[in-house]
Parts: sequence; C-alpha cells; structure tokens
Amino acid sequence: MKVLVTVKEVAEADDDFAIEGTDIAASDLEYDLNEWDDYAVEAAVQLAEAGVADEVVTVTVGPERAEETIRMALAKGADRAVRVWDDAFEEGFADVGAKVSTIEAVLEAEEPDLVLGGVQAADTGFGATGVALAERIGFEHAAVVNQLDVDADAGVAHVHRELEGGVEELTDVDLPAVLTVQTGLNEPRYASLRGIRQAQRKEIDAKDLSDLGLTAEDVESALEITSMYEPESESDAEIIEGDAGEAAGRLAEVLRDKGVSA
Amino acid sequence: MSDVLVVAEHRRGELRDISYEAVTAGRELADARDGELGVAVIGGEVDAFAEDLNREGVDAIYTVDDGEEFDHNAYQAAIAALLDRTDAGTVVTPNSVNGLDYAPAVAEDRGLPLVTDAIGFEYDGGLTVTREMYGSKVETTVDVDGDGHVLTVRGGEWPPAEGVGDATVESVEIDLPESGARVTGFEEVGGGDVDIADADVLVSVGRGIEEEENLELVEGLADALGATLSASRPIVDNGWLPKNRQVGQSGKVVTPDVYIAVGISGAVQHVAGMKGSDTIVAINTDPNAPIFDIADYGIVGDLFEVVPALVDEFA
Repeated sequence: MKVLVTVKEVAEADDDFAIEGTDIAASDLEYDLNEWDDYAVEAAVQLAEAGVADEVVTVTVGPERAEETIRMALAKGADRAVRVWDDAFEEGFADVGAKVSTIEAVLEAEEPDLVLGGVQAADTGFGATGVALAERIGFEHAAVVNQLDVDADAGVAHVHRELEGGVEELTDVDLPAVLTVQTGLNEPRYASLRGIRQAQRKEIDAKDLSDLGLTAEDVESALEITSMYEPESESDAEIIEGDAGEAAGRLAEVLRDKGVSA
Repeated sequence: MSDVLVVAEHRRGELRDISYEAVTAGRELADARDGELGVAVIGGEVDAFAEDLNREGVDAIYTVDDGEEFDHNAYQAAIAALLDRTDAGTVVTPNSVNGLDYAPAVAEDRGLPLVTDAIGFEYDGGLTVTREMYGSKVETTVDVDGDGHVLTVRGGEWPPAEGVGDATVESVEIDLPESGARVTGFEEVGGGDVDIADADVLVSVGRGIEEEENLELVEGLADALGATLSASRPIVDNGWLPKNRQVGQSGKVVTPDVYIAVGISGAVQHVAGMKGSDTIVAINTDPNAPIFDIADYGIVGDLFEVVPALVDEFA
C-alpha cells in the first residue's frame, strides 16, 4: 500500500518577539518540522519497514524554505516528497478549505491507501485539515490517534483515539482512511548520517497551483486575520527575586508556611 | 439562517461539562444574530440528556437516537439533516477530541467556513473570532466570511448554562449511513502504582528538564518535600515517566494543596489539569511563559540552579 504523510514546516516564536502588522516579525520566528507530523512520518516509515507500506510520500504546502524540513522527513525514511507553493498563498491566511483543495489535487495523482498527518500544526493550531480532507476525498478518518495497527489484508486500521481524561477509544477504521496522529504514538527517530546523505538524492517535486490544475480562486480563504496582540497577563503571582539561592530560600519559607515538609 | 445549532457532547452515559459551556456560547451568538438556539443531542441516553440540557436560553432540543457510542458519521449525518430542516446557519461544537472528529467534516460537507478553538467572538453583521496562535504566545482576531459557519469553542472559556429553560424537545428520525468507523471499546490509561490525584503536594516536571538523566534532580526535590512526582505531556511522550504521572487534559486532573511546576511553560492543555490547585508555584526561565499567569508564586530562573538550592533548604 501507498502511504502519504502531510508534513508542515511550522514557525515558533522566540521568547522575545515583536508583532508586525498581523504576524510575528519574521526575524523572531524559527522554523522546524511540526512536532505532530514527526510522529506521522515515523508511523509511515515503520509501516514501510514492516512491509505493510510499499512507498511513503510526503506532501507539504510551503515555500522553498520548507525544503530543509522536508529533507529531514526524507532523511528519516520517506521515499520522496511533493511541495506545493504559489504566490496565491502569500496573499493571506490559508484556511482549512484552501489547504484541503491543494492536498486533494496532489492526492488525485498519488492515489494513496492511507494518509497520515499530525493532529494539529504547532503554529496555527486548527487541528482540522485531516478530517476535512477525508470528507472531501471520500476516505474514512479518525482524529487524535495514539495507537495504530494496520491490517492491510483486511483493509482495516485498528486505532486508539486519545480522548480527554485518560480514556482511549478503541476504533476500527475502514481503509482507505486519513488518520491524524497524536504525539506519543511512537518514538520518532533521529535521522542517521546515512539517511541524511540519501535524502540529498531523493526527489522533492515542487509544484505551483497551475501544475495541479488549480487557480488562485480554488484556494481563496474565508478567513482573514485582522489583528494580533500579546494577551494581557492576568498574573498576580508574587515573583520571587534574587539569585537562585535567595529565591530558593524565600520559596522554602512559603512552602513551609503551607505545611510542606518531608 | 440566523439560528444557531449547538451540538452536545457525551461519553459513556454522561453529558460532558463542555456541552453546557457550548450552550452559553451558542446563546451569545444567537442573541447577537437575533436568532434562536437549538441543541442537538445525538446518540446515548437522548431523553435524559435532553432534560439536562433544557437550560435557560435554549429554544429547541433535537434528539437523534442512535446507538450508545460516538460515531462521527452519525454526527455528521444528523447535523446535516438538522441544518436542512431548521433555520440554523451556524453550528457550535465543543473543541474536544470528538468535536474535532466531526466538525471539520461538517464544514467541508456544507461548504461552511470553519474556525476551531475559539476563545471569544463578536458578531456585528459578520463574525469575528478570537483565537490563539504560536502556542498561546499571541491572540488573533479572525474575520469570517458569510452568514453560516462552523465554530468549535474551547472548554473553560464560557460559563456553563444554568437554570431551567422551556425548550421544545423533538425526536428526529434520520437514516444513518453504515459507518466505516466502529467503536469497539474503551481503555482507561494511567492506572498503576501511584494516583497523582491523591497527592497533597506535587512536584511536576516539564520540557525544561531537557534530558532524561536530569529527572534525578526533580525526583530529589520531590523526596526532599515529601511530594509526589508528576509531569507534563512531553515527558510522558518521551517515555521518561509513565502515563499515570501525566497532568492535563488527556492525563489526570489534579487539585493538590501545592503544585510546583518545574520547567513547564503552561500550555492550555496542561493548565486544564492543574488550575484547581490551592497554591501554584512556577519555576521557569521564560518570564512570558503562560504558567506565570496562573501561578501564585514564581521564580524566573534556571531550574538547574534553583532546584538544587531548594533541595538544600529542605536538607
């Protein structure tokens, strides 16, 4: 079977950052592979190693800068990558529908049996693309999967979905399916030196919208970010000053006051 | 189109609290749009749930009797049918694991804009939603096109609906599709040797500890204070501590007398599991870490210096 993994390069804000307009200043952002997607890549590579998956293909909606992140997924064992970008995405904030339209067009050519992606992107935190994609392409789905056992012969994925409060739901999902992967599903590997060398020779197929038969209208967003600001701190904490020793001394007083002792 | 449909959430025979919060959010939006508020109860003990959900401000309750367990295909079909037969244009659901298993499909199916994890909104001819980005470091306002929307609301941001309403209750028969996703059971995780929910004092460790070897440091602190050791999600994801030590939305909810957060930034999922603690102490290098927003005492500093000094104080 063929497994497709959605991989996003996410931005993380530095501890000190400035807001310019409706986004954080580019100089205060660091880019990395989305943590949740790292687990999805690992799950796909494990399926390949177990002989369940014949091919693992990553798909990314992101600018050229994202190729460094994509190479990381290739170094961990994905076979090849598709990257889609277009001026149309520079215009504003792509909503879930815009991303789904883009990935749908890639899937039409790839025809995977299983699509894996992270539960959410660390930066935008929508947590919705996977399930919306499944609806669009007529796949089954399961959100927030933290245990996965694919029975390709039976055409079923046995999954655990991580509900709130320490409860897991056991669900059988018919393939083809889109599964969104929770952190902790597996132990994502570090790329080996050999993997990193091999990744340099793997294909990253860069496409724009017209390559996919789409136009800017197909990825028009229904959402517009109109402001961004730092939330007002509601803190009324007593911040204990001084060097580590002084601060620890004052905190020890507080704790003893509260009855803490061995 | 001005009416609002809230979808209630239940699990294993119990309505979840977030259902009542979603009702409050839905009422607020219906008021702003001069519309009515309907509540959908799908599956489970629908009649008993309908009675519980008949709170002030609810105009109509629709029950769809379908099996005991959650099935996103049933939810999607039921919501679509209710949107067809009522004047509801906007759907409000909990931003929960199950909410995120059907709300995006509903939005996609109906061609409605979707905004998840809302922490506030305004409606003045058009919908503007407040939500966070970049791991809670910033808030944004988002303008949403159109008259109809799907909105998922974060738990703990709206007060639960109270009182007793005079809603009409209607049982709705819907042809439900055969589902390609079938719940076969549940598993409780986090059993084992220790129940962190019973502890009076918790020393809780997060990503700031950096390496597994460094856990000794916080274990030493827990020993010195006669406390129990707990952790935030990354520590458990890494396999450094077992799942029964995890505090947060997907772990345990704890309310100790004293909660000492060491190297924990305070993501919303973590805070949901410990904000009820009597006294909260935070030790973190980042002065902007959200953990300080709910802390009673804070030390902005390096845990690798502060923790050994604190252990010495109790030696």
